[in-house]
Amino acid sequence: MDTDRLIRTLAADNDYRARSVGWMLALAMVFAVPVSSAIFMMRLGPRADISQAMSNPFFELKFVIVIALAIAATAVVLRLSRPAAPVGRWSWLFVIPAALLGIGVATDLLIPQQSSWSSRMIGSNSMICLSAIPLLSAPLLFAALAALRHGAATRPALSGAFAGLLSAGLAAVLYASHCFDDSPLFVATWYSLAIGVVTAIGALVGSRVLRF
Amino acid sequence: MRGGETEWTGLMRSANAGDSVAYHRLLRAITPVLRAATRRGLARAGQPVDQAEDVVQDILIAVHLKRHTWDANAPFAPWLFAIARNKLIDALRRRGRRVFVNIDDFTEILPGEQPEDTLPPSEVASHLEKLPARQRDVLQSIAVESVSIKDTAKKLSMTEGAVRVALHRGLSNLAGKLGKE
Repeated sequence: MDTDRLIRTLAADNDYRARSVGWMLALAMVFAVPVSSAIFMMRLGPRADISQAMSNPFFELKFVIVIALAIAATAVVLRLSRPAAPVGRWSWLFVIPAALLGIGVATDLLIPQQSSWSSRMIGSNSMICLSAIPLLSAPLLFAALAALRHGAATRPALSGAFAGLLSAGLAAVLYASHCFDDSPLFVATWYSLAIGVVTAIGALVGSRVLRF
Repeated sequence: MRGGETEWTGLMRSANAGDSVAYHRLLRAITPVLRAATRRGLARAGQPVDQAEDVVQDILIAVHLKRHTWDANAPFAPWLFAIARNKLIDALRRRGRRVFVNIDDFTEILPGEQPEDTLPPSEVASHLEKLPARQRDVLQSIAVESVSIKDTAKKLSMTEGAVRVALHRGLSNLAGKLGKE
């Protein structure tokens, strides 16, 4: 087919209007969040003392941090799906979860507590944390990558990594309500590790499936 | 050259507003630029320049299918060159080359540098055969025989809406097949 004909054909298809990537990502989450939530309710469920835990600021801080992380990752991943769109300014959003975590860790170390800092860091749930966050992320990551294929990621591995970060952030919101370890030291260690694993998987899969 | 880029941005905005004449003009205007840049990129990678047209068609299809990722408040040219660069790298990778494409290939704009050569059946044409029957018939009619959407609908006894859907799906499928080799 010669190029002139192809151009005429493409022009004939101009009436087709594609949905924005943001819309597709939102739609993907509408399907995937209930799936992850169902897995969460069947396998883990919220902790029994959740109503008392609510009064512990460190319990609440976990949610604020991971929600801030998921929002920052969403903003960046949507920029990355647009070729030649500058991302720089948006990556500053990651300062928010990082700063909150830093303040939490500092507070945790400064206030006198019964248990030692190392036992708070090691906690009692680290292995569950390391397996639950990736498990709960799986449906979210799958859906996010499917939605992002609708975009045009010129850096597919990077886009995949931020999709992983977004999925793990949302999965951590679910997991945080199960986890008894509220110490920011625990969050900084094990949540970060689990989220890091999902981010790496996102980068690996993204580098294949997000290429266009 | 700045004038050309501003014109492209304006044409793309009109195209998004539903003006397919503007869209046609835009695609015609960018093609020689893409062709020149692609030839330069292939030559630099030590690849035969006669493959340029396949890459150009691949770029045009990607521009078409990904145009919703262009921000209407941003200039069009950087977006276009990012897509083009991506497709050229992809083409070179598929040909088993690890090459770094110089971004300057796509930023120096040389409009109308090369007239089009007549070429053997393109990759696009060979993939056309592998599409589902209905999409293939619609694309064959519109793309190869240059029949309008309206007349294609009559000829294939389909509604115009169904022709449009088959056309779009056919193009998307084609893009998927071009990416996998």
